[in-house]
Amino acid sequence: MEKERENMEEQLKITRESKGILNMHPQKFAMWLFMLTVLMIFAAYTSAYIVRKGQGSWIPFDLPVTFLYSTGIIVLSSIFMQIGYFEAKKNNKGKVILFTVLTLLSGIAFLVMQFKGYGRLVDMNLYFSDPNNVSGSFIYVITGVHAAHLISALVFLIIVLITAFKVENIKDKLVRMEICTTYWHFLGGLWIYLYLFLQLNQ
Amino acid sequence: MSEIKTQNVHIDSHEEHHDDHAHHETFISKYIFTTDHKMIGKQFLMTGIFWALIGGALSLIFRIQLGFPEADISWMRPMLGEWITPEGRLDPEFYLALVTMHGTIMVFFVLTAGLSGTFSNFLIPLQIGARDMASGFMNMLSYWFFFASSVVMFSSLFIETGPAAGGWVVYPPLSALEQAIPGSGLGMTMWLVAMALFIVSTLLGGINYITTVINLRTEGMSFSRLPLTIWAFFITAVIGLLSFPVLFAAALLLIFDRSFGTAFYLSDIYIGGEALPQQGGSPVLYQHLFWFLGHPEVYIVIMPAFGITSEVISTNARKPIFGYRAMVGSLLGIAFLSFIVWAHHMFVSGMDPFLGSVFMLLTLVIAVPSAVKVFNYLTTLWKGNIVFTPGMLFSIGLVSLFISGGLTGIFLGNSAIDIQLHDTYFVVAHFHLVMGSAAFFGMMAGVYHWFPKMFGRMINAKLGYVHFWLTFAGVYLVFFPMHYIGIAGFPRRYYTWSSFETFSNIFQDLNAFVTIAAIITFAAQFIFLFNFFYSIYRGRRAPQNPWHSNTLEWTTPIEPGHGNWPGAIPTVYRWPYDYSKPGAADDYIPQTVPYSETPESNTDFENELAALEKESGVEEVDETKE
Repeated sequence: MEKERENMEEQLKITRESKGILNMHPQKFAMWLFMLTVLMIFAAYTSAYIVRKGQGSWIPFDLPVTFLYSTGIIVLSSIFMQIGYFEAKKNNKGKVILFTVLTLLSGIAFLVMQFKGYGRLVDMNLYFSDPNNVSGSFIYVITGVHAAHLISALVFLIIVLITAFKVENIKDKLVRMEICTTYWHFLGGLWIYLYLFLQLNQ
Repeated sequence: MSEIKTQNVHIDSHEEHHDDHAHHETFISKYIFTTDHKMIGKQFLMTGIFWALIGGALSLIFRIQLGFPEADISWMRPMLGEWITPEGRLDPEFYLALVTMHGTIMVFFVLTAGLSGTFSNFLIPLQIGARDMASGFMNMLSYWFFFASSVVMFSSLFIETGPAAGGWVVYPPLSALEQAIPGSGLGMTMWLVAMALFIVSTLLGGINYITTVINLRTEGMSFSRLPLTIWAFFITAVIGLLSFPVLFAAALLLIFDRSFGTAFYLSDIYIGGEALPQQGGSPVLYQHLFWFLGHPEVYIVIMPAFGITSEVISTNARKPIFGYRAMVGSLLGIAFLSFIVWAHHMFVSGMDPFLGSVFMLLTLVIAVPSAVKVFNYLTTLWKGNIVFTPGMLFSIGLVSLFISGGLTGIFLGNSAIDIQLHDTYFVVAHFHLVMGSAAFFGMMAGVYHWFPKMFGRMINAKLGYVHFWLTFAGVYLVFFPMHYIGIAGFPRRYYTWSSFETFSNIFQDLNAFVTIAAIITFAAQFIFLFNFFYSIYRGRRAPQNPWHSNTLEWTTPIEPGHGNWPGAIPTVYRWPYDYSKPGAADDYIPQTVPYSETPESNTDFENELAALEKESGVEEVDETKE
């Protein structure tokens, strides 16, 4: 315990002593870099998709409407998240917990909706492991890898929630809250991009 | 002057710093699960050396097969067991596995993790004036992911079906179908798992390096005052961050093709007359995705070596680096171009020839920033007061190898000539010189140059000279003849050519020569190994600044603790290359010396800076910074 605090103090010192040109919290900056790597994964998948589609013998498909619903849910969750962040700025602990829980629930609802979307895809004879239809596999991979990242964001949300319960002054943990908000918005925006991409490149 | 002042600061603030922290460090928290960037750097170095030995030994085994295809090698049976056939020959399947593992190990485990991992970790905080990386914990994770990856990759060497054998590029369908070769079974699965862990490790490290360089520089350490090592590590990390996720994406699709019945890369395959169900996949798609990482990867390998060389050459030529801005610019140029040339690895994959010519043009443009770097090294050396330390010799060796290997790149970049040379030993010779050996020399230069900082002792220079000359001559003797073998048309990755009259009669002696040279070169590395480990324990004690260098790491105590500087972090007042400045008393002025203290050597502009320093109260800043 004592060691941990010492480590934290040391970390704090490391952060405070620096006088960089870029006045950004290192952890916040690291999160931006992480989002860049995630973006590159999807850049790879969407370009692979375009290249593969350009080679012909592409089986077109219709995106199930459930994916549109999940798009709505993810937008809603982003709104909750943002309100939660504003409340954290106002140091309103109760509201922060409320809105973090709402974000968490809508995030889970998004995942459930995605799963239902897979059910609809199967109804349309689009399977993940289909040796004859790569376009179907692409939908599963792109949405699946996105969902995997969303699960990581849910874990982050739970950490924020635990922090919110533990600390007296939620404002002290604003950086963590802010990083979580950024990541959540990023994954929401990423989903909207992926949805539009799949919708426009059937 | 300034050294005395910083020492005063050390004494003043001694008690309030984390020196006391060091007292209750256990063995585990100090040497194993450490968050100290210096120890993590050393962990990467040790693991890298281990892998270099494995990778080098593997190459000797297949070199013996190539040089002496008729030889009886049953004496290797205690080590390789069933991989030696009853007739005392190397198993052809295992030959492919050896080639694959040699490539994978050298490119990723030695020259990416061993080079970037070691020196980025060790030098970034020390040279920018930070107490540690932005996140020590992430840094620790980075090493342990690498370690886990190493364990998986190493175990794959010992499984019954052998390690992955589809070449280090693991092209499907060869790598995707278990029926293709034994190595595409469990060995390939383990290869993919190990690489996934490796990518995680690289990304954790890269995020940390970039964050640290941007956020944690000490006061006065502007980007234009960064040592070129840091510039190189920084840009390398950016390249890694942009390209490794793409490899991850490609590998994931390969995993789905292998184990989940998808057909991203597979189409129209017949095995034993039977058609496989997969339709509509594209193996060229994999090549595009792979080389989008694969090409930047060779710059990930060479750029840290460039950075180390810039620093070592400038220090030991006792001259400012020639064209600092051009050096940074060429690094940025190479980094940018590295992302738009990948298809030159695929000229013969059936690509549109027009697209090929676009990639050819972009590829040849890389010659420009590369030449800028080479000329700047040479002009830095020109009329320098050269001190031939082992590190310096290895740096000059890098420049030599980079020129020799780079010139053949101009041939290979031409899509028409590439039809003849593709996948021959000419390519092998080219990239082993320009990126393999050159990066290895950069790594060695770094080890010899920063050994005193890492271990507080000097490494033996005499043994270093022997090591250098044997390695330098050896590398040329190994790779120069390969150009001829390649022009003659020998394809790479072939087990044997002895059934061709021309190849077996005319070129067999050349191949045997290469093999003998390779054995001597490999043996020479044991001189280094002895020197390295002996000097860690028994080397001469190092002075604080053995090379009279300007950069910040030499202002730390000889054996810095966690936190690097016992007192305040030094402030930086000038760029790191003030060597042999006219008028100055010494032939070097460390970065921590303010202009106001060196009126005898200041230019007019620097005198103005000195006046500004006075206004902001340089003398007080040092004492009150706490």
